[in-house]
Amino acid sequence: MATTPLASIDWNAKLRHFLQTVAFCLTIAGLHYAFRPERTFAPGLVYSLSIGITTWALIDFGSHLFPSARQSGWPSGLWGKLLPVAGIASGYVIGTSIADTWFGWSTWANATQQHLLLSGFVSAVIGAIVTYYFYSKGKAAYLEQKISEANRLAAEARLKLLETQLEPHMLFNTLANLRVLIGADPARAQAMLDHIIAYLRSTLSASRSSSQSLEREFDRLRDYLELMTVRMGPRLRYTLDLPPDLAQCAVPSLLLQPLVENSIQHGLEPKVEGGTLTVRARRNADTLTLEVCDTGMGFDPTDPAFTHPPSADHGFGVQQVRERLDAAFGSRATITFIASRAEGTRATLCFPLTP
Amino acid sequence: MSTTPPTALIAEDEPLLAMALQAELARAWPALKVLATVGDGASAVVQALALQPDVLFFDIRMPGQSGLEAAVELADQWPHEGPDSKPFPALVFVTAYDQYAVQAFETQAVDYLLKPVQLARLQRTVEKLQLALAKPDPAAISLEATLVQLRGLLASGNASAPVVNTPLTVIQASVGNSIRMVPIDEVLCFEAADKYVRVLTAEREYLIRTPLKELTDQIDTKVFWQVHRGTVVRALAIDAVTRDEAGKTHLSVRGLKEKFVVSRLYSHLFKAM
Repeated sequence: MATTPLASIDWNAKLRHFLQTVAFCLTIAGLHYAFRPERTFAPGLVYSLSIGITTWALIDFGSHLFPSARQSGWPSGLWGKLLPVAGIASGYVIGTSIADTWFGWSTWANATQQHLLLSGFVSAVIGAIVTYYFYSKGKAAYLEQKISEANRLAAEARLKLLETQLEPHMLFNTLANLRVLIGADPARAQAMLDHIIAYLRSTLSASRSSSQSLEREFDRLRDYLELMTVRMGPRLRYTLDLPPDLAQCAVPSLLLQPLVENSIQHGLEPKVEGGTLTVRARRNADTLTLEVCDTGMGFDPTDPAFTHPPSADHGFGVQQVRERLDAAFGSRATITFIASRAEGTRATLCFPLTP
Repeated sequence: MSTTPPTALIAEDEPLLAMALQAELARAWPALKVLATVGDGASAVVQALALQPDVLFFDIRMPGQSGLEAAVELADQWPHEGPDSKPFPALVFVTAYDQYAVQAFETQAVDYLLKPVQLARLQRTVEKLQLALAKPDPAAISLEATLVQLRGLLASGNASAPVVNTPLTVIQASVGNSIRMVPIDEVLCFEAADKYVRVLTAEREYLIRTPLKELTDQIDTKVFWQVHRGTVVRALAIDAVTRDEAGKTHLSVRGLKEKFVVSRLYSHLFKAM
């Protein structure tokens, strides 16, 4: 359990939480005084503030001790439940002791057992309510941030696809092939045009949501691969293998597109004899495994030996897929990329199944 | 040579486009005989040497060797002296996009076509080719003129490379477990060898993984001359340049035993004063 360096703490947020806690404590002291006007105001206020602030500090700063709280702001699993219980209990004891020191008496020695139980109970209830308030606010902010991150990455994926579509070699060679087919084989020309339309439209339809069904994802890949098959002729053979029961699984939209483009552009297109591209979806218990492999040049965009300028955008594809998986599934997703000159490349993505 | 029909070779990796170009050529120039169609740069060189056509149609982006690289290699290997030598073929580059700003060369020996190829534009190319081939002196499409243009194309292709402000002063080469710092002033020659680049000094040889292309962007091209696609030598260290019977040029470097081949593309650097 590594402690988080102070630098990573958002002090603005901490100040905001502190002020909110003080406001809660003042409200509680006020209510307390309203119901029991025969007592003096000061002791209630001091006890309320000291218990409240101690409890808040223990829980809010304590959460930084848990690595799982780094992103979401709250520890996961059992720790997430133990933290507020321990925080409220010790906050009550320490806070009461501090206030005792202030007034110079001892609650523990003087108060009746009944009074101790009552004030402990009241502290626990209020502590639980306030903790829940902070917890749900933090969670909402976290989810909102995750959604905007996913949207940003989806927009990036769309932009990347648009760039590929408008890349002059892709655009003009595709149109040149279409022009030939119009004269030579109008039926095939029409089929090719349909794929061009669907391929171009995919940038627009993908913009409506950051995730889409695996079936749609594979359909878009098929449009692209059909276009490339017309262009590359017998040099390109491809297989799209999607079992019917996985067709409706949701995946980040255009997730596989950059990997398939990498395989074509850097694996198969530059290889004289061409080769085979396979995209496969498999399910293993609750894990979805997607695989993109080719028998091409074995170009490894992550190899430091390829850091000269042209590879900057090649590496981008894999990096982008990694970021998107990370945003959607965090540490529950893995991506492995293997490239060898003898066997081509193989990218394997594993992440939890979301039907 | 007007008795035999003109011949051509097409190098284009996209089968439909190769087929279409051949069909359009049949309409624009019925007399032209397309000897072969190949799908990559290396085969283009082999077939061009074997068939010795009059015209070459090369796609610029092809798997393996690009059309430009294939043309340079062909120029190096073309038998241009001796009894059975033919003039170097007329070159027409076919490209999807004008990466090399080839418009500038439209009126010269090397022509280019933009894809999709349009009949009217193709007819202009054909007229130009016919005119050149009909000249009494076949050297009109001389190798020299072609080389000048290929150099121009290569240079304009490189112009897009980012300008490096800080030239390389030291080569970091790994030797066993250590990194040797080799001052650039000691380097006599860089030579590409498969996945590596050999760095030759008077004392010894180092292997580095940085591609030659990337190195040449970072060194002073007045100090180091490119003499071949895979060779860059220190100009002041060049001892002698000799030409053998086959027309191949070699150079020797002071301090090194091996000889280096000079590409025809760069042989203009070595003219007697």
